[in-house]
Amino acid sequence: MPMRRIVTALGLALLAACTRAPAPVQFFAEGMPERLSDWNVVYVADNRLHLNARVQPYTLDSPLFTDYAHKLRTVWMPEGKAAHYQPVDALDFPVGTIISKTFYYPVPDGGHNGDVVLRTADTGPEPDGGLALNKVRLVETRLLVRREAGWIALPYVWNTEQTEARLMRSGELLPLTLLAADGSKEQVDYAVPDENQCAGCHGTDLKSKAIFPIGPKVRHLNHDATYAGRAENQLAHWQTLGYLTGVPAGNLPKNPAWDDPAASLDDRARSYLDINCGHCHSQKGAARTSGMWLDATTHDLLRQGRCKLPIAAGQGTGNRPWDIVPGKPDDSILPYRMGSNDPGVMMPELGRSVVHAEGVKLIHDWIAAMPAQDCGR
Amino acid sequence: MKRMRLGLLMAMGLGLAACQQKSVVADPASPMGEQGFATVLRNKLLDAKSGDVIEVPAGTFHFDRSLSLRVDGVTLRGQGMGKSVLSFKGQKTGAEGLLVNANGFTLENLAIEDSKGDGFKISQSENVTIRGVRVEWTGGPKTSNGGYGLYPVLCKNVLIEHSVAIGAADSGIYVGQSRDVIVRNSRAERNVAGIEIENTVNADVYDNVATGNTGGILVFNMPALTQQGDAVRVFRNKVVENNHENFGAKGTPVASVPAGSGVVINSNDNIEIFDNDITGNKTANIIISSVYSTGYKDDKASGEFDPYPERIYVHDNHLSGGGDAPDGLDLKALKLALYGLNGHMPDVLFDGYVNPQRKEGPQICLHGVSGVVNADGPGGYKNPSKDGKPFDCTLPALPAVDLKRG
Repeated sequence: MPMRRIVTALGLALLAACTRAPAPVQFFAEGMPERLSDWNVVYVADNRLHLNARVQPYTLDSPLFTDYAHKLRTVWMPEGKAAHYQPVDALDFPVGTIISKTFYYPVPDGGHNGDVVLRTADTGPEPDGGLALNKVRLVETRLLVRREAGWIALPYVWNTEQTEARLMRSGELLPLTLLAADGSKEQVDYAVPDENQCAGCHGTDLKSKAIFPIGPKVRHLNHDATYAGRAENQLAHWQTLGYLTGVPAGNLPKNPAWDDPAASLDDRARSYLDINCGHCHSQKGAARTSGMWLDATTHDLLRQGRCKLPIAAGQGTGNRPWDIVPGKPDDSILPYRMGSNDPGVMMPELGRSVVHAEGVKLIHDWIAAMPAQDCGR
Repeated sequence: MKRMRLGLLMAMGLGLAACQQKSVVADPASPMGEQGFATVLRNKLLDAKSGDVIEVPAGTFHFDRSLSLRVDGVTLRGQGMGKSVLSFKGQKTGAEGLLVNANGFTLENLAIEDSKGDGFKISQSENVTIRGVRVEWTGGPKTSNGGYGLYPVLCKNVLIEHSVAIGAADSGIYVGQSRDVIVRNSRAERNVAGIEIENTVNADVYDNVATGNTGGILVFNMPALTQQGDAVRVFRNKVVENNHENFGAKGTPVASVPAGSGVVINSNDNIEIFDNDITGNKTANIIISSVYSTGYKDDKASGEFDPYPERIYVHDNHLSGGGDAPDGLDLKALKLALYGLNGHMPDVLFDGYVNPQRKEGPQICLHGVSGVVNADGPGGYKNPSKDGKPFDCTLPALPAVDLKRG
């Protein structure tokens, strides 16, 4: 049958069947499709962003801060394939896996209003995993795709009509205005990373140069989510779906939510630093040069920055001599760099243009609560 | 087959668009940002393949985000450090101008200006060549300038030559945690540190000019890093009048370097300093010190780290002037007490921290210097000594660094 006739027939069928199940997710073993819709992981219909069949939404205990963007995370694996349990590193996902992360902001009550979006806490997508497009502005969807040769990262930027996202390998800056509940406004240069910058964070092993997912680690996933109105542990749910195997019995690693009032200040701060800093600041990561490691597996206090001299911080020291001075957050470099939005000072280096005030307060409080220690001169 | 699948997908895409009765609109072009060759270059770096030579034409090209490269075997080449300029003035994101994580990278004949953070950083890479590159903060020395100009770190086999670094708020040319390094025929001026070799094994620094910096050439070893430094030769350099006020942010290791420092050895072992012209550095032409003098004193935290400078061989240099106006109250008082109002410090200043367990002493061997003062840092500068006898020794010459590049 000539190809054109197949295509025409299919197109007509789709036109006639908007409410029917869409075509399945498409994994591309090579190439870089120009449109997000080529993958069909998420799709827009009836003014909603929908998740395709077998596309599983998930959340992290503590997310990376990205200019107050909300994030819809999904994972999809080919039929019959599953990720394998890893105690520390990201789950070992099979070839064919597509992880998506859609960055979006709620819009003011009156609907879309130029570049104005709301600065609110991320309460997650709607119960079906999708998003109502009259209530949110989609900014970008990043894909991490596991191919035979390894992971690739592809950033797609949504058009202003919110109908399609296009591959933007070279990244760009998007001006936004964040409107807070108290009416205050803040300008954001929302940075879509270029493809090489994706590796700036996801190249968690500097030596191999390979890139990996950061969020889907056991300790970040090990909490309840709501499935069809019922609470269930995400890892257990993934196993039920056939998306995860090799999970050992017993207690699994778990980070608390950084803003969970029931968790200890120390656990919350370490969880926050783990997800926001640990992909670079680890024994293998790009910031291993600094000697300051903030991932969950680092327990040495000097390595965590206590009374540690900076190495290559430049103006990033803020005229403070140690990374963390226990009991003295205002003498410590760590909260200074978190509290800056100067590219030459701020940490993390990529991924935000405004300060995460709540995160800075957490780290400030954490250092203030440490028993005071004299680091030296 | 693949083509057909793509065809099907396109048809489905049309179908979905039709559902909303909206057409798919072209790229949401940014109203801000990079134009012309800047956009071209960013894409070339994304699409680079091993063996590519990416040419930068003459002209000044503006970037509002840092550039990066992750493909091995690429050359980025301009028309000359005065002609092809990558300008990061007004940069909005990224902690450096150009960031490379790739083996066999060559950067040559261009300039990187006014990056918010470091100028050019190359990390965890082998066979790095930087030739004829200028990194400059064009507003002159400022604390708000980026930290490092040229910044190879965790690299193996690094050649930096015929390059220039101006205005860095930390070090103009900085090589850190690397192995097998040559820095030669380059010029560093008006940085806090002109040229700095830190926690690096096997480095030759020669035929360079370091002038107008706070400190000319620094060989540093810092605790809690991936490796300790060892075996560095500093020779045939001109280290002249490095008397710029220290504009480094407090807390950076170089912020403790006194203005007027010629060559500074800090906590490193196996250093040979010879055949240099070192003149007019107002604190001292040569300083030999420990991290204890740079604010680091927690013994427990240092672990395996050796904080003491040992086996330092200074010989056959051309030393003159300097030492006449040391920076900092402790050193001013020291000079006044030992040499009087109109006197000057001798060529070599040693802070006096030694490992008491080491029977043979620190083996700091000084030949052909006007004198040395042991400042008695451990004793709070109370009992400084002008005795040159402990420094009258000889060490074997260190071998030359061979990058095996033919």
